[in-house]
Amino acid sequence: MEGLNSIGRRQFIRNTTLAAGGLIIPFKITPRNKTKAGAPELFFRPNAYLRVGSDDTVTIVLSHCEMGQGIWTSLSMLIAEELDADWKSVKAEHAPAAVEFYHTIYATQRTGGSTSLLSEFDRYRKAGATARQLLVQAAANRYKADVKNCRTENGQVIVGENRIRYGELVEEAMRLPVPGEVKLKEPADWKLIGKKVKRLDTPDKINGKAIFGIDVQFPGLLTAMVARAPIPGAKVKSYDASATKSVAGVRQVVQVPSGIAVLADDFWAAKKGRDKLKVEWVPGDGEKIDSDNLLAELKQRADKGGIVNNTSGDPDAALKRAAKIVEVEYYQPFLAHAPMEPVNCTVRLSKDKCEIWTGTQTQTDDQRAASEITGLPIENVFINTVFLGGSFGRRNITRSDFVREGVEVAKASGKLVKTVWTREDDIQGGMYRPAFLHRFKVGLDANGEPVAWKQVSVGQSVMTGGPFEKVAVINGVDMFSIEGMHNAPFVKGIKDQRIELNTPVWPVTVDNWRAVGLSHTIFAMESLTDELAHAAGKDPVEYRRMLYKQEPRLLNVLNIAAEKSGWGKQLPKGQGMGVTVFEAVQSYVALITELSVTKEKGVRVEKVTCAIDCGLPINPDGIVAQTEGSIAFGLSAALYSEITFKKGRVQQKNFYNYPMLRMNEMPDIEVHVVQSTEKPGGVGESSVGQIMSSLTNAIFAATGKRIRSLPVIHHSTSLI
Amino acid sequence: MIKLTVNGKSYELDLPSDMPVLWVIRDRLGLTGTKYGCGVAQCGACTVHMDGEAIRSCVTPVSRAAGKSIVTIEGLEPSLSKPLQEAWTEIDVPQCGYCQSGQIMAAAILIRDQPQPTDNDIDNAMAGNICRCCTYLRIRQAIHLASRLKSSNAMLSAI
Ligand code: FES
Ligand code: FES
Repeated sequence: MEGLNSIGRRQFIRNTTLAAGGLIIPFKITPRNKTKAGAPELFFRPNAYLRVGSDDTVTIVLSHCEMGQGIWTSLSMLIAEELDADWKSVKAEHAPAAVEFYHTIYATQRTGGSTSLLSEFDRYRKAGATARQLLVQAAANRYKADVKNCRTENGQVIVGENRIRYGELVEEAMRLPVPGEVKLKEPADWKLIGKKVKRLDTPDKINGKAIFGIDVQFPGLLTAMVARAPIPGAKVKSYDASATKSVAGVRQVVQVPSGIAVLADDFWAAKKGRDKLKVEWVPGDGEKIDSDNLLAELKQRADKGGIVNNTSGDPDAALKRAAKIVEVEYYQPFLAHAPMEPVNCTVRLSKDKCEIWTGTQTQTDDQRAASEITGLPIENVFINTVFLGGSFGRRNITRSDFVREGVEVAKASGKLVKTVWTREDDIQGGMYRPAFLHRFKVGLDANGEPVAWKQVSVGQSVMTGGPFEKVAVINGVDMFSIEGMHNAPFVKGIKDQRIELNTPVWPVTVDNWRAVGLSHTIFAMESLTDELAHAAGKDPVEYRRMLYKQEPRLLNVLNIAAEKSGWGKQLPKGQGMGVTVFEAVQSYVALITELSVTKEKGVRVEKVTCAIDCGLPINPDGIVAQTEGSIAFGLSAALYSEITFKKGRVQQKNFYNYPMLRMNEMPDIEVHVVQSTEKPGGVGESSVGQIMSSLTNAIFAATGKRIRSLPVIHHSTSLI
Repeated sequence: MIKLTVNGKSYELDLPSDMPVLWVIRDRLGLTGTKYGCGVAQCGACTVHMDGEAIRSCVTPVSRAAGKSIVTIEGLEPSLSKPLQEAWTEIDVPQCGYCQSGQIMAAAILIRDQPQPTDNDIDNAMAGNICRCCTYLRIRQAIHLASRLKSSNAMLSAI
């Protein structure tokens, strides 16, 4: 039984591929170049994804960007594996914006949706194997040997007694025709994939050398800061920059579509100048947004219902027959991304080209945006991707907002300029995870199994208006709004069900936030599952074993987490364990949270045990690192985070009222990675949602209090 | 004119006296290893040393640094930078990396003053430094390792 819109991420990827005209694996051969100064004398470039230098360096050209998720290392591993490169001579760099680097599924250059390894697993291995084959051929030619008698190891071709470094073969390899088909290694022969390797980006990230967007410097570069609408959708009526212009270091004040930009010699002068700017705004509809009414409005909308995503059987009749009924709703607030580095964009615009330096996940969208603003053809827009100081979706914005603004500032001022955002700009800057209400009425049979399901979800659409609208929003239903709900394995099996979605259109701009829909849907689904277990009088882990008896991968991670965490052990009063198991971005994750609730310390998360099956583990230590990070990231949001509006104005400003998890609150996290041979799934987003319900389920176990709205901090007084 | 020393070099600069040290070192001296994260002493990304103590450079006006000696991540003395960098590499601490200069500068003071810090000492010393990628567990391990490396280095050089 499939509903109208039963698509999940997997289907989304399939739909996207179709929309893009089939799976594209551009493998264009670029002419072999002589190098520029500073690089090895000669290099060999059999395809766009790597260069082998005469000095033996292997440079991997990354079609995806490094924002902390470790792609700098894991993509490089794919090429190095097939090339038999010496890991010590491997370097990585971000690719320019070009068609060769388009995502093999999305058909634009983009990092997102936890799909990088999925996109590149074949392409990057083939790129490495191609280079290896040519180097072997070159060595064989030199020694008049048969390629069958040559092997490779650690950056060398071995022909009989001779060991030839790759660098020595560059010149000959360059002259050989590039083979069409290459043979990839058997997994049993892998030396790097699946092994612990050192991250390639660590050295520069611990000595101050790594260049992030905010670090881009040029002689004469100005810094711009924009006074933006204080209320979503507000427009500039008039402004007075006379006081601004008297600030030493302020060079220019220009109006751009997003507000008024102050250009100055440095950040400090730009900030002082902007502080002195007087802008009068026409507030518009945004003024009506008020968090005091938000929950009431979401509830009213839930009462009304929405577009039916899927319906089958007769859920009302089934509810009447049910042995037990659970009727609950879960609320989650707007959230800001708050990457450690606020967004920024440096632009050099001339008559015939637009050069951009920024940390972005969406190079092709950015090129299109810049082309639209400047009138230059897309090929004349050059994107220099630098390290991203975190993103969590902020740099994967469907409308390229900060790049657009940077280009507008450069265009309006005619200057070489870096547009920077302050932390306040970031938190108040209007790109949020939407607030959501999920309401359920579920009927259980005598055994406790769900047999009737009615659901209304209410929240803004993230995908509408963006590049994926066509594939993600079907008949008015944004699949990301109910991601993982309608297609949860046990929900799919319920004969009598109806799932509706009500999508408000509000002036608040919402966008991708780490794990997108799963950042709110898992909390609702897995809190509900816990409540169903409770209603059925069953142990939460046992209950899930029953729900997922046909789902081996979910069952497996659940069992591992239960065993490793000592699930079921006796705990003193005020302590509890909570479980969550869910599939996210093609990875299967079970989390068990152990915590205490006391008067003195409030909720104190002691330990999180995680079992993750993300398919073939390419870079195991990277998986552990990302999982630790995404658990703590989700925990931070669940405990503390909320963006609220008062007459349209965001009330949070900086870390003092939009707090983050800190060292002293960090729980112990134990990650068990399942040895799988399935396709690589996503990792960076895989545990963000799970921790939220695992946390509140543990609070229920410790206190008997069920938390149905986040953040937890609002409930602290009621817990003890 | 304000005189200050940064990483052992003396400068005489014409600056507004309220300009935070952070923007002096980043925008005027071009040392971009020190980061901006909040501007209000909440995150620690901008941590540098002034006369041997960790400060939040985003809220320290340059007038307070006059005549003082500033050390940034680029100039951290090897007796501290070596064990810290070794430990950070061994444990592969950074994710996005943006907070790590500040983390290392804060950790440097901790291991200088407290040769064998406990978890509690680490919590106290590091709670002011946010890592949005939440690399805290690895930072903690790396500090333990760095303090061990530091004392064995000190022993080696004493021989
Ligand atoms: S930038 Fe100074 S503490 Fe955050
Ligand atoms: S490593 Fe990204 S903020 Fe710490």
